[in-house]
Amino acid sequence: MFAYVVRRVLATIPVMGLVALFVFSLLYLAPGDPAAVIAGDQATPQDVERIRASLGLDRPYLVRFGEWFFRILQGDLGLSIFTNLPVTTMIAQRIEPTLSLMILTLILAISIAVPMGVIAAWKQGTLIDRAVMGFAVLGFSVPVFVVGYVLAYIFALELDWLPVQGYTPFARGFVPWLQNLILPAIALGGVYIALIARITRATMLEVLQQDYIRTARAKGANQSSILFLHALKNAAVPIVTVIGIGIALLIGGAVVTESVFAIPGLGRLTVDAILRRDYPVIQGVVLLFSFVYVLVNLAIDLAYTLFDPRIRY
Amino acid sequence: MSEPLLQVEQLQTHFWTPDGINRAVDGISFHVGAGETVAIVGESGCGKSVTAMSMLRLIPEPPGKIAGSIKFQGKDLLKLSEKEMRAIRGNEISMIFQEPMTSLNPVLNVARQIGETLRLHQGLSARQAEDKAIEMLTLVGIPEPARRVREYPHQLSGGMRQRVMIAIALACNPKLLIADEPTTALDVTIQAQILDLMRDLKHRVGAAIVLITHDLGVVAEVAERVIVMYAGKKVEEAQVGALFRTPRHPYTQGLLGSVPKLGSSLTGTETRLAEIPGLVPSLKRKIDGCVFASRCAYATDLCRKLAPALEEKAPGHVAACHYAMKEAIAA
Repeated sequence: MFAYVVRRVLATIPVMGLVALFVFSLLYLAPGDPAAVIAGDQATPQDVERIRASLGLDRPYLVRFGEWFFRILQGDLGLSIFTNLPVTTMIAQRIEPTLSLMILTLILAISIAVPMGVIAAWKQGTLIDRAVMGFAVLGFSVPVFVVGYVLAYIFALELDWLPVQGYTPFARGFVPWLQNLILPAIALGGVYIALIARITRATMLEVLQQDYIRTARAKGANQSSILFLHALKNAAVPIVTVIGIGIALLIGGAVVTESVFAIPGLGRLTVDAILRRDYPVIQGVVLLFSFVYVLVNLAIDLAYTLFDPRIRY
Repeated sequence: MSEPLLQVEQLQTHFWTPDGINRAVDGISFHVGAGETVAIVGESGCGKSVTAMSMLRLIPEPPGKIAGSIKFQGKDLLKLSEKEMRAIRGNEISMIFQEPMTSLNPVLNVARQIGETLRLHQGLSARQAEDKAIEMLTLVGIPEPARRVREYPHQLSGGMRQRVMIAIALACNPKLLIADEPTTALDVTIQAQILDLMRDLKHRVGAAIVLITHDLGVVAEVAERVIVMYAGKKVEEAQVGALFRTPRHPYTQGLLGSVPKLGSSLTGTETRLAEIPGLVPSLKRKIDGCVFASRCAYATDLCRKLAPALEEKAPGHVAACHYAMKEAIAA
């Protein structure tokens, strides 16, 4: 088991290298010239050329990639073209709101979606089941920003229960932090909840047909033990998988949600950087998101063995 | 005679399906005395398993509906609340299923699965339950119980899984054990071991057994009394010896005739296996007359019009056939 974990962790290193190459190439191939953006509308071609040389953009692709990659290994993501601040510093300033939003959404989504799916499967065909499935369809089809604005309108503007937008750092207290984040988390979690609830229901329906569920009943186990111990543990692998895959949804959704609720997080930073063609920042942020996603997948792989003893590597 | 351990009266289990009511069990009555072994035999689809499941109320309702009465130690199980019923399941009445491969939970270890009933019904701690689980594994003859108890079902063979099922069923010393085709899915040699084990444990634990099977070999081995079911009804009941010597109902005769004799082709005594032509009729239509009439070689107009009542044809031997006396002599 330990050897497996070590092997899996080592296997992520080449993946990370490939991701880095891909991230770098994507921007190299992308249209638009940061030098031209920086130089502004009045610049002569000579000005643009000078700026390009000063940024090192005139050198060959592989040389630039090599340099960049070597610096990343040392934890240096370069300087922002725009602010001249180190990218790591800019990310560090912005990471807390995004991380807070994603973790809160994750906790909220799992604790709502899994019981929802389980109960829908148990009450298959009833009104409860249909309500859950109806909600799931809604969650899939309504975009994050619509949900966000509607929630902000109702709970912040009309009822005045929660702040409309902004972010309060966790250090200033859990309650203010939560008040600012709860609406964004619900808006962001909609699709995610729908996805997890659907998979949970479908997997549970299949598991509940199994002979061992009948055995559990014949042993005198009560309904909640049958659902949440005997059945859910068997359904865990697909559910955990979709939770992991869904984190990609959260990353994408965070960008939109942060815009809607004016949260100064990484999503906003990314959008701004893209608009300014601030290459080092874009590369830094995308690299970070990719890294998180690779780690999440690693965590899922390792989690399988916790739920299903038949999975051994 | 004092009141039997289990007294089933007019048990009916019907299922509502889109194309009509399926009368899987249609008015069956029998009793089981304390410590007695009663076999229920019949073809696939005759309602044996549904009878077994109905006794523990494991039939999902709806679409199922159980009627009649099932008196266990004087209490009618059909009148108990779900909570009271849960206190009986796995404790006073427990069940072994046909498929040892799929009847154990693949993601829980053996200790947990045996321990579950003990923790539910006897309030043991996890630690005590595991010790008792090891004890149970020893009892059902699994070697290295202290190691096996930590293992998961996929690490055990089919025979061992069925032993674990038996350990689960007997953990709380039930008064009644319902065994639904306990040996059907096993190799012949393993079948014999499991039957021996059940017989042995029955004497040690003193539980009564209701054995559901289609295997007449198994019946002859372990049962004391036999109930023959056909199309949701009881068609014959007798002590095992009497049933095998003088089967009264043509269906029972057919069942006995369709058992191959080991090595008969080598000793030159081979005869063609007497199969029963046709299939169990659909239980969705109400059948007038005898349920077996459509497949019975002796059926007359009377059989097709009037359902025969269960009559005592000999002491302790009942059969539902208009001509049962005569056929017994003819056979």
